[in-house]
Amino acid sequence: MNRETTIWTLLFIVGGLSLAYHVQSSERGVGQQFVTPVEIAGRVDSATGVIIPLAVGESREGEGVIKGVRYDKARRETPQAVYSLSRTIGVWVAAILTLCVFSYLYRDNPFYKLVESIIVGVSAGYWIVQYGWTVLVSKVLVKLSPDLARYAFLPETPVDAKPEYLYLIPVILGCLIFCRLIPKAAWLGRWPLAFIVGTTAGLKLILFLNADFVRQIRSTILPLVVLSTNTSGGSDFDWKQSIQNLVIVVSVLSSLTYFYFSVEHKGWVGRISRVGIWVLMISFGASFALTVMGRITLLTMRLQFLFDDWLGLVRM
Amino acid sequence: MSSSVTLLDRLNVLDRRWIFLAMALAVAAPILLGIGSDESPSPPTKRLFDRLEELPEGSRILMAIDFDPNSAAELSPMALAFTRHCCLRRHKIYFVTTWGTGVPLLDATIKTVVQSEFGRGDRPYQYGIDYVNLGFVAGDAVAISQLTSDIRKARSQDMQGTSLDSLPVMNDVVSLQDMQLLITPSAGFPGAKEWVQYAGTPYKIPLAAGCTGVQSTQLFPYYPDQLVGLVTGIRGANEYESMLASKYPVPYAEMSKRPASLRGGPQRWAHRLMISLIVLGNAIHFANRYRRSSHS
Repeated sequence: MNRETTIWTLLFIVGGLSLAYHVQSSERGVGQQFVTPVEIAGRVDSATGVIIPLAVGESREGEGVIKGVRYDKARRETPQAVYSLSRTIGVWVAAILTLCVFSYLYRDNPFYKLVESIIVGVSAGYWIVQYGWTVLVSKVLVKLSPDLARYAFLPETPVDAKPEYLYLIPVILGCLIFCRLIPKAAWLGRWPLAFIVGTTAGLKLILFLNADFVRQIRSTILPLVVLSTNTSGGSDFDWKQSIQNLVIVVSVLSSLTYFYFSVEHKGWVGRISRVGIWVLMISFGASFALTVMGRITLLTMRLQFLFDDWLGLVRM
Repeated sequence: MSSSVTLLDRLNVLDRRWIFLAMALAVAAPILLGIGSDESPSPPTKRLFDRLEELPEGSRILMAIDFDPNSAAELSPMALAFTRHCCLRRHKIYFVTTWGTGVPLLDATIKTVVQSEFGRGDRPYQYGIDYVNLGFVAGDAVAISQLTSDIRKARSQDMQGTSLDSLPVMNDVVSLQDMQLLITPSAGFPGAKEWVQYAGTPYKIPLAAGCTGVQSTQLFPYYPDQLVGLVTGIRGANEYESMLASKYPVPYAEMSKRPASLRGGPQRWAHRLMISLIVLGNAIHFANRYRRSSHS
């Protein structure tokens, strides 16, 4: 065992022992979650089917009032707080999975691979259910057979809703995509793809031209000398805004020059395109720094979870 | 061999895991010590805050929660702060997401702010009257386009399956063009860029965005002409929370209601470590060059 491995093994052992000691000695408990039951009462609005909470002071015993219990997350010391086994298991599972992901920083290992596979599997399952419900049920079935949708899935579907058979077209096009799995009928799968490519290109082209081309050109036509009105009604030179506008104009023009290949980048053109390179480099640097900032925030969030929800070392 | 050369040799072969450990400590220590931070507002953040303040009570605000757990660390505090501000100003809120994985985060935002903080008292926020959860609208950018022309075509029922026609909050609302402001804390595709392209710019609907730090360089060109305000990364969220705390100190000055401010402290210390490491890395590089040149 080399020196590095010894040190890291010792660190893991110390960490494990600290956790075991904390589990035994912590008053708050490790990962223990509590909830408070909150009685909710309201009336069902006959027109909308929505439960309207009772007005302040209104009797809970009146006719048509329905009651239920909601469990809100609470601190251990909150009066009436009760232990929640399901939430506790959830926090422990989340904490262990987080540590498994962190273990990759030491080296690639089976725990990390396991969590990676869980994420892929859960994501796929989640998306299938989500799209199945929001597209196939809430959009297709409700439109094609409102009665069936009301009976089987969505009781709030309006009684007077009529089937809209126009929705059969996207359903058929959607089914045709699966033809790509059958070699002899694979050509049929090109039709829905052609539809998607065509509509997306058409939509995107117009909207892109408007929002990202014309409007961006307009936003870059800026006054290089900005005058602002002072309190006595006169004009003052706004040097901050003037410099900002100058930087924007110079940056845009120099960056465009860098990507203009019809003229050899020599002399003045070369110098301006050199400025363009600097502008691009600063932009990439800012993007990279902001990416790092985002990743640190992610780490902070996970450590907050471990220290607060799981170990109970801090109160957020 | 002198001691300084030995140190340089050690630094040249330093195991990267020591850097990871140093970063973990730089982030963990401020969390354990409860070190947060306040930020003074930048103009793009302040502009959104002021716009929400200026809108008359009861204005219609669409809140598009277009992010997933990957970016929740940066965007969830923003979503909470925007929603709190809308509730404090008694605006009508229309929650929606174009991200399937955004649904639990949308629910969490409603539960944490609207139901827990504004669901009680003399004028509780009531579902169907003051706010509605339109849930997930499938179709990516096309869904935004559809919402802009007719909300009911994109989604005829709310998240609970109630017909939109039977909800009082949807009275006189046909499309996004009936909204006074669209706010989208968003992480990627579809996100703020698509909201600008498909809703804000073509229909001149006032639009504000919150984005991750990574995205901000792509979205800044839209400010101030095509975006009313732009809140970027955890720093932007911290700025917004600081303004909220200053304007509504009870209870929003409490750190427990300021997740972004609590993440600001660790962020600051991590940045200091990063800068130190970059300086150290460059120093090692130049020291190696000097050693090579002096040996040759």
